[in-house]
Amino acid sequence: MDAILFLLFAAIAVICAVNLVLQTHPISSALSLVGVMGALALLYLQLGGEFIAAAQLIVYAGAIMVLFIFVIMLLNAGKERKLPRKLWVTFAGVPLLAGFIAIAAFVIHRMLPVTEGVKFGSMTHGSPQEIGRSLFQTYLLPFEVTSVLILIAILGAVVLASKEIE
Amino acid sequence: MQNLWIIPLLPLAGFALNGLFGRRFPKAVINTIAVGSVLLAFLWVLKSLSALGAFSGGLEETHVEHYFTWIQSGVLNIGVDFAVDRLTAVMLLIVTGIGTLIHIYAVGYMAHEGGYYRFFAYLNLFMFFMLTLVLAQNFLLLFVGWEGVGLCSYLLIGFYFTEKFATDAGNKAFIVNRIGDFGFSLAIFLITIHFGTLDFGSVFSQAKALPIETSPGWITAIALLLLVGATGKSAQIPLYVWLPDAMAGPTPVSALIHAATMVTAGVYMIARSSSIFLHSPLALNVVAVIGIATAFFAATIGLVQNDIKKVFAYSTVSQLGYMFVGLGTGAFSAGIFHVMTHAFFKALLFLGAGSVIHALSGEQDLRQMGGLAKKIPITCGVLFCASIAIAGVPFTSGYFSKDLILESAYEYAPWMFWVGLFTAGMTAFYVFRAFFLAFTGKYRGKVHHPHESPFVMWGPLAILAALSLGGGFINIPKYLEPLFPLAEGSKLPPLASFSLLSVGLVGIALAYVMYVLAPGLPESLASSFRPIYTLIYNKYFIDEAYDSAVVHPVIDGSRSLLWRTIDAGAIDGTVNGVGKTARAIGSVLRHAQSGYIRSYAGWVVAGAILVVIVMGLTGISFGVTR
Amino acid sequence: MPEIPLPQSVPLAWYLILSAILFSLGVAGFLFRRNVITVFMSIELMLNAVNLSFVTFSYKFKQVDGHIFSFFVMVVAAAEAAVGLAIILTIFKNRQTLEIDEVSSLKN
Repeated sequence: MDAILFLLFAAIAVICAVNLVLQTHPISSALSLVGVMGALALLYLQLGGEFIAAAQLIVYAGAIMVLFIFVIMLLNAGKERKLPRKLWVTFAGVPLLAGFIAIAAFVIHRMLPVTEGVKFGSMTHGSPQEIGRSLFQTYLLPFEVTSVLILIAILGAVVLASKEIE
Repeated sequence: MQNLWIIPLLPLAGFALNGLFGRRFPKAVINTIAVGSVLLAFLWVLKSLSALGAFSGGLEETHVEHYFTWIQSGVLNIGVDFAVDRLTAVMLLIVTGIGTLIHIYAVGYMAHEGGYYRFFAYLNLFMFFMLTLVLAQNFLLLFVGWEGVGLCSYLLIGFYFTEKFATDAGNKAFIVNRIGDFGFSLAIFLITIHFGTLDFGSVFSQAKALPIETSPGWITAIALLLLVGATGKSAQIPLYVWLPDAMAGPTPVSALIHAATMVTAGVYMIARSSSIFLHSPLALNVVAVIGIATAFFAATIGLVQNDIKKVFAYSTVSQLGYMFVGLGTGAFSAGIFHVMTHAFFKALLFLGAGSVIHALSGEQDLRQMGGLAKKIPITCGVLFCASIAIAGVPFTSGYFSKDLILESAYEYAPWMFWVGLFTAGMTAFYVFRAFFLAFTGKYRGKVHHPHESPFVMWGPLAILAALSLGGGFINIPKYLEPLFPLAEGSKLPPLASFSLLSVGLVGIALAYVMYVLAPGLPESLASSFRPIYTLIYNKYFIDEAYDSAVVHPVIDGSRSLLWRTIDAGAIDGTVNGVGKTARAIGSVLRHAQSGYIRSYAGWVVAGAILVVIVMGLTGISFGVTR
Repeated sequence: MPEIPLPQSVPLAWYLILSAILFSLGVAGFLFRRNVITVFMSIELMLNAVNLSFVTFSYKFKQVDGHIFSFFVMVVAAAEAAVGLAIILTIFKNRQTLEIDEVSSLKN
C-alpha cells in the first residue's frame, strides 16, 4: 500500500516538475510548481513529518507561490519566445540529464545500505510537540537568527520595491 | 729597509695630483709635478742602490722587502714584496733615468697640444706600473705591473682620441697584448700548481733543483706560456702587429713605452725566469728561433717604409728580436745589455724623429724631407750618434751589445749568426737610409722655416747621445755575473769576426750610395723587383691575413650567435616569454567572467557535478561523516 | 490483474532517487530557461528536492533534526523569494524586459 501511494505521488511530482521546465508561459510553470509542492507535502506525511507537511502547504504553496503569481501577473510577463536552437542541443540535453541522474542514483545507492523501508506511521517524532521542543531547546539560536533574517528580508524588499518608476 | 715602495709611489702621486686637479693647474705646475715625481724617483733609486752597495761591488744577494700579505688562500700565500738584485738595479736605472729624460723632453714636445695634464698623468701612471713590474718579487705582482703598462699603453696610444686610427691602434695594442697575457696567466696557474707558490725566491730555488727536461714536459709548458706572454708585450712573431700601429701616439710615448721600457718587459721577465728556461732547452730554442725570425722579418719591412716613425718601429721589433736571440742562446746578460743600449739609442732615435717632426710642424713622411742638416743641426748631430750606435759601428754602445749576442748565437747555431749578421747589415742600411733621406740633399717639403727645437728638447737628446756613444763601456755582463754566469771568451773564426766588425760600415756605405750618390737607384730597383717590393711594402699582408682569419670570424660569430641568438633570442625571449605566457593565460581565463548570468550558472553546475563525481568514484566524503 | 511485485515498505533509496530527479530537473530549468521568474521557480524546485532529502534522512535516523533543518530551509526560501522578486521588479522597471540574457552589464 505504501509503495503504491509513494509511486503515485512521486509520479505527480515528476510530471509537474517536467511541466515546469517545459512550459513557456510563467503562469503555467508557477501552477506546476504548486502541484509539485502539494505532492511533496503528501510524501512528507508518509515519512512521518506532519508538521513539515503542514508547513510546506501553508508557507510554500500558500504564501511563496502566491507571491510568485502576484509578481507574474503584476509584470504581465508574456510567453517566452523560442530561440532558434541547433538540433544537436535538443537531442543532447535529455541524455545528459539522464546521465546526471544516473550518477546521483549510483552515489546514493553506494552510500545507503538497503536495510529497512518506509512505512506510514513508523515515525512518531515528527509531531509538533517534538518539533517545538527541539526548536526551542536545541535550535533556539538559529530560530532567533532566522527571525532577524526575515526582518532583513522585509526591509530589503520594501526598499527595493518602493523605488518610483522614473 | 730601503723603503723601496717610495720609488713607484712617487709617480703614482704625480698621477693622482695631475689626474685629479690638473685641469686647473697652469702648465708650469703640471710640469713640475710630472717631471719632479720621476726625477725624485730616480734620485731615490740612486740613493737606495748606493746604500745597498750596488755601485761598489755589493748587492750579490737579493734584497727583499716584504710589506703586507695580499692573498692568503689555502697553500697560496702572495705578499706585496719588492726586491732588488743586480738585474733589478739595471732595470731601475734604465726606467727611471730614461724616463726622466723623456719627461723633460715631453714638456717641450707637448707644449702646444691639448689635454696636457692628461698626458702627463698617464705618463706618470705608466712609470708607476713599470716600476712595480720591475721591483716585484712574485709573479702576480709582476703581472699587475704587466697589465698596468698595457693599460697605459692603450691610453697613451689612443691619446688623440678624436682620430679613429689612433683609437683603433690603441684597441689593437690592448687586444693583442691581452692574447699574450692569457698565455702568461696560464703560465702563472701552472707555476702555482707545480711549485705551490709564486714568489721568485721559492720558485727559482725549487726550479734549480729540478732535472733538465729534454723532452716536452711541464717545465717546457710553463716556459712556452711565459714566452707567449713575452711575445705579446715585446712584439715578437706572431704578436708584433700592434707596435707599428702604436706610432699613432705622441712621439714621447713611442720613445718611452715602445722603445725603452714597456717592450723590454718581456725580455726582463724571461731573464728573471732564467732558472725555468734553463731547464727546458726546447723552450730556449723556440725563444731563439722566434727572436732571429722576428729580427730578420721586421728588418726587411723597415727597408721600404716611408714614415720615419714606422721605420723606427720596425727597427724596435727587429732589435727586440736580437734580445730574444741573446736570451735564447743562453746569453741572458747579453740580452739585458742590449736592452740597455737599445734604450739609449732607440729612445734617442724616436725623440730625434720627434724633434724633426716638431720642426716640420707635423710632417712624418721621409719623401717630404731632405736637406735638414743645415736647418736643424743639433737634431742632425744627435740622430747621427744614434744611427751609428744602432748600426753597430765599432766602439759605439750598440756594437758591444750586438757583438756579444751574435757571438753567443754563433756558438749556439752558426746559421743564426749569419742571419743575424745579414740583419745587422740591413739595420745599418735602413737607419742610414732614413738619415740620408731626411738630412741630405734638397729640401722636398713645403714648410717654409723648419726651426730647431728648444733646449728643453735637445738637452735630454744630448745626454742620450753621449750614452749611445759611450754606454757600451758599462760592462753589464760582468756586473750581472752573479745571476747569469758568463761563458768563456768568444771563439769566432776570423771570417766571422771580421764580418762582425765591418757589417755596419758596409750597410752605411750602401745606403750612402743609394740615397746620396745615386738617388735614382732605389726607384729603379723597386720597379725591377716590383712584386717583392709590393709584398714588403705592405708588411707581407700580415695584418690583412689576421683580419680575415681571426678578427672577422670572431666579430661575425659574436654578432650572429652570441648577440642575436643567445642574448636577444634566448635571454630576452625567456623574459618576454614569461610576460607573454601570463598574458595568454589571462586571455583564456577572462572568458570565465562573461557577464552572462547563465554562463555563471553553467559553471556552478559544472563544479557541483565534478564534486559529485569525485565523491562517487573515490569515496572521498569532503568532511561529511556518517 | 497481474501481481506486480511491489515491496512491503518503500525502500528509502526511492525517496532519494526522487529527490535527485527533482533536483536535476530544477538544474535543467535553471540553465535553460530565459525568463527570470521561471529561473527563480526552478531554484525553488531545487530547494524542495533538498527538503525531501532531509526529511528522508530524518526518518532513517528516527530523529527530528532533519525536520528542523527542512523548516529552516523553508524560512530562508521565503525570505529569499521576497527579496529576489523585489529585485526582479526593479530590473523590470529599469529594463522593461524579463530576459535573463539582457541583464549583462558586467560583460567584458
